[in-house]
Amino acid sequence: MKILVPVKRVIDYNVKVRVKQDQSGVELNNVKMAMNPFDEIAVEQALRIKEAGDADEVVLVSIGPTQSQETIRTGLAMGADRGIYIEAPHETEPLSIAKLLARVADQEKPGLIICGKQAIDDDSNQTGQMMSAFLGWSQATFASAISLSADNAIVTREIDGGLETIKVKMPAVITVDLRLNEPRYASLPNIMKAKKKPIDTLTAEALGVDITARLSILKVEEPAVREAGIKVSSVGELVEKLQEEAKVI
Amino acid sequence: MTILVIVEHDKGAIVPATLNTITAANMLAEPIEALVAGDDIKQVADAALQVASISKVLIADSGEYAHHLAENLAPLIQQIAPNYTHVFAPATTFGKNIMPRAAALLDVMQISDIIEVISQDTFKRPIYAGNALATVQSSDPIKLITVRSTAFDAAEASGGSATIESISGTGSSQLSEFESSELSGSERPELTSAGIVISGGRGMQDSANFAMLENVADKLGAAVGASRAAVDAGFAPNDYQVGQTGKVVAPELYMAVGISGAIQHLAGMKDSKVIVAINKDEEAPIFQVADYGLVADLFDAVPELDSKLS
Repeated sequence: MKILVPVKRVIDYNVKVRVKQDQSGVELNNVKMAMNPFDEIAVEQALRIKEAGDADEVVLVSIGPTQSQETIRTGLAMGADRGIYIEAPHETEPLSIAKLLARVADQEKPGLIICGKQAIDDDSNQTGQMMSAFLGWSQATFASAISLSADNAIVTREIDGGLETIKVKMPAVITVDLRLNEPRYASLPNIMKAKKKPIDTLTAEALGVDITARLSILKVEEPAVREAGIKVSSVGELVEKLQEEAKVI
Repeated sequence: MTILVIVEHDKGAIVPATLNTITAANMLAEPIEALVAGDDIKQVADAALQVASISKVLIADSGEYAHHLAENLAPLIQQIAPNYTHVFAPATTFGKNIMPRAAALLDVMQISDIIEVISQDTFKRPIYAGNALATVQSSDPIKLITVRSTAFDAAEASGGSATIESISGTGSSQLSEFESSELSGSERPELTSAGIVISGGRGMQDSANFAMLENVADKLGAAVGASRAAVDAGFAPNDYQVGQTGKVVAPELYMAVGISGAIQHLAGMKDSKVIVAINKDEEAPIFQVADYGLVADLFDAVPELDSKLS
């Protein structure tokens, strides 16, 4: 079985995001970029499935500006086998991304697609579900445990009230949540090896997908800053303030 | 123009986030209809009929909707959505699971997690974990929208006078099935709709110490939450997690106990009305957002708070 893992290049999660002065977006120039953390978990899970003997190839796909190929290299250094790169503007919407990925899946015919539950830049949480719809496959979102058999995947999902376990038919799209695993670091020999692994390039035109945006971003602004309040000196004063001043208890 | 709201329900009751979603939909001042899909849902349908500002309740009472499986629900939404200009659902794990699938089937770009309705095609939503707010305008003929429930008040659950219409199901996709669920059966209010939340962080040191917070929570009628650090350390269950990767809450009162205030946690609670921080490290970033900060050892302060509230 082949596993397809879409990966996105985003601002590193440790970086404090700055909104551009002209309110057209957030500052991406000279900002440290990295693989979306949820996608790292997806890559790790695919590699574990391969290492357990349930898959024979892990293929990464990234869609975005040229540097997205670096993100593919990061995943190849973790142990993935090869990459597919599709050039597109940074702001390409989940609907278009899902269409592109579905076309890639038509060509590659993976038995399983694993992706992050959301990208930490636009926080849309849509691509996996949309891709699954376009392919007519089953979907299992927010996975915190996955076990595979020949025809099915048993997936435990993190839902609002706790956990839910579902059985989905293969091929499936699984989107992963944080606690599924802890991604490995790439070793130096694997980073060297990754440089020789192939990355194919495709275009939206060649895949026959219209990636025109449906949403226009009118403005991006900073949220209101919350001011620090006061320090109280004792529990008694705290209770008094909450009762008399804030009137919340 | 008519708006459809997808009703999330659980054990015969409407999930509170649905009522916040109705308020968001109501900002457009157009008729609102509600879809209740499930198996044996008479009770929920009756409750939905009572909700103010709903003009019609569509009932899809059929076995394939029993566990809200996206592969079955999305085609149902796809089938009825062309009768509406907007489809709203709560941005809960329920809404996040089904709505993008329905959006893809309709070939529209969903607008996720809105916090403000600006006009019928323009909405505000947080990006980068709430570190920036984007105002977006949709050109799609039908707008599929999920709503951050903490950004809107709950609609009145009574006083409505909706009509009811049964609609037929779209059948089972046969793609997925429900196996089991493991829900934390708490008597306390649900985290995202509680008026008061008391959360513990890494400073709690142990899961057993969360009992201290639970005692205080029970006196205040509060929900108990936790930071990701506390969840990762095994002090508290997953569904307690407040933050960018957990739940977003905005109660009247949020008490952060032994929580340093990492950006990822702040993203989940900074819109609370009043924030209290109890931490022994006076440099902890949580104090920068707290209305009332108490620099103290939580193992002294929390029991004292408990006794003062008795």
